[in-house]
Amino acid sequence: MDLLQLFISGLANGCVYGLIALGFVLIYKATEAVNFAQGDFMMFGAFITIWLTNTDYLGINFWIAVPVAMLIMGAFGYLLDVAILRKMFGQSQIAVVILTIALGFILRFAAGAIWAHEPQSLESPFAGREVRLGELVLGLEEVAVVFVTILLTFALYLFFNRSKLGIAMQAASQNQLAAYYMGIPVKRIQSLVWALGGVVAAVAGILFASKGAIDPSTGLLGIKAFAAAVIGGFGSLPGALIGGLIIGLVEPFAAYGLPAGYSQIAPYAIMLLVLIFRPAGLFSTTQKKKV
Amino acid sequence: MRFVFKRSYDADIKLFKHRPQALWYLALLAVMLALPWIIDEFFLGEATNVLIWAIAGMGLMLLVGHSGQASLGHAAFMAVGAYTNVNMMESGIPFILSLPLSGIIAGVVGVIVALPVLRLHGIYLAIATLAISVLTEDFIVILEPWTGGVIGLVAPPIDLFGYEMDRYGTPTAFYFLTLLVTLLVLFAYRNLLRAPLGRAFTALRDSEISAQAMGVNIMRTKATAFGLSCVAAGLAGALLGLFAGAFNHETFNLVLSIQLLLMIVIGGLGSIHGAFFGAIVIGFLPQFIAISRDGISNLFGLGSVTIPGIESGVFAVILISFILFEPLGIYGRWVKIRTYFELFPFYRKNMFKRQKSYLKTERMR
Repeated sequence: MDLLQLFISGLANGCVYGLIALGFVLIYKATEAVNFAQGDFMMFGAFITIWLTNTDYLGINFWIAVPVAMLIMGAFGYLLDVAILRKMFGQSQIAVVILTIALGFILRFAAGAIWAHEPQSLESPFAGREVRLGELVLGLEEVAVVFVTILLTFALYLFFNRSKLGIAMQAASQNQLAAYYMGIPVKRIQSLVWALGGVVAAVAGILFASKGAIDPSTGLLGIKAFAAAVIGGFGSLPGALIGGLIIGLVEPFAAYGLPAGYSQIAPYAIMLLVLIFRPAGLFSTTQKKKV
Repeated sequence: MRFVFKRSYDADIKLFKHRPQALWYLALLAVMLALPWIIDEFFLGEATNVLIWAIAGMGLMLLVGHSGQASLGHAAFMAVGAYTNVNMMESGIPFILSLPLSGIIAGVVGVIVALPVLRLHGIYLAIATLAISVLTEDFIVILEPWTGGVIGLVAPPIDLFGYEMDRYGTPTAFYFLTLLVTLLVLFAYRNLLRAPLGRAFTALRDSEISAQAMGVNIMRTKATAFGLSCVAAGLAGALLGLFAGAFNHETFNLVLSIQLLLMIVIGGLGSIHGAFFGAIVIGFLPQFIAISRDGISNLFGLGSVTIPGIESGVFAVILISFILFEPLGIYGRWVKIRTYFELFPFYRKNMFKRQKSYLKTERMR
């Protein structure tokens, strides 16, 4: 029973990692840039929702606050691309990496200055309720996390593989110039992807904050989500989710089975192993460039 | 404007392009040597700090600026340098051996780490080194017998041929020690860039495929670049450990790695000068922020307001503005200003503009 409980909580954690990883992959897939600030986006989205719903702040109804927060983060992502990232068009990947790291610092600083550094949690309608499945007692928030994640991944998967806009996004990333020739408005598409990344981050943040407390440095969780994205192969949406689940499940079991001090190494160790033996990830979409 | 006539092939790889340039650097060296008598002890300590940052910066510059490999994990190798150095000093190895050895050990560790990791490139390399940086803290705690775990280590005083020095007792001696190491690393770096190996690094950075076509062994060259870069990082780490006096797992955290990277970007990627300019910015920024914060709060009569984390916030804003408006960094700006005056009426706005490149992915689906 203990193990099953561990499994469920790991699953819920893994879903949040998976969602952040999904944000990375989304932006990477469509713009070939890696958003190192995705974890901080998540944190910011969570704080905006807390600010909207919690009775200490505005106290708006949860079901109104969630779409509003998603909209705000989406607009934030869009404007960020228009104002800053578009200027990086055609520059090296590393420059974008450094830029997004700096953005993460700014978001963390801003969140700390606005909402202080104490951990806060979201007053969501799921908090504290239970679901009974036979003898198993599950927190409603954990079930909600798993459910929403699966739904979102499936929707995004369909979006990227079936819809015209999604395919245009993939084309824009595979070859910018060729995409231009085909009449794809590459710049607008990229802004839209960043907006989508912001929305996904907001969802991840809302789920995370309704599951436990959040503070401005929670954004560093993004590094674990990186491990997830890498394990899944950067560029595969279901891969990101599965990578997140692997990381989420490994964590509690490593803490259960390994001596203290070794357990937090486990996610990164797995990631390094994957990088060394299957550099393109478990769900590879990369091929070596031939000359 | 000066025209340098090249009369031999050696003129291409001379250390200094012409005599006045050599004289300027000599003057700078003279100022650096006279520094302890010009400024007081506090600022001498700051200058030492800047030099240590510059050594680490040169290490990372070699890797990122000249070989084109990203690393977000150089704090790990600084940690290797710091811990091995103090351990060797405590087990009785003289400092004159332990300092270079700590650099070499960091380099060897670097090569061992590099061999699997360097098969990756671009973004994957950045992530792998990021993971190394995160793991360092945990490893330091696990390897408690050597590292002192969470409590950390206290650096013993340096004993150099019977002359004892430490950072607080004899700041001047420590400054000269750091200056000497800086000069040696600088000299080695400058010479490396003139040698075939340095050329191979640059070729690798500009195009892996064409470097390969010219007969550069990619894997070996990358690993060498990583190793040499880690030697400098190890030396800087050893000096930083001695400078800080005491250090533990939190000294060499992820933030340090990122700061190092930001430092060379602000300074200007691909130039040794950049490492020094960046080090000056990093070294003096905290003081500058503290002073300006006091100034502002006095101006508005706010009392002493402290906003936690403002340093990293300001730092990030500076960094973003550099990447957006001056991707070549401080050194690039300096070159532009100099070129403007050299060519006086003929400077054109787009002289340093890089050709726009379009992204192509290697993903197939």
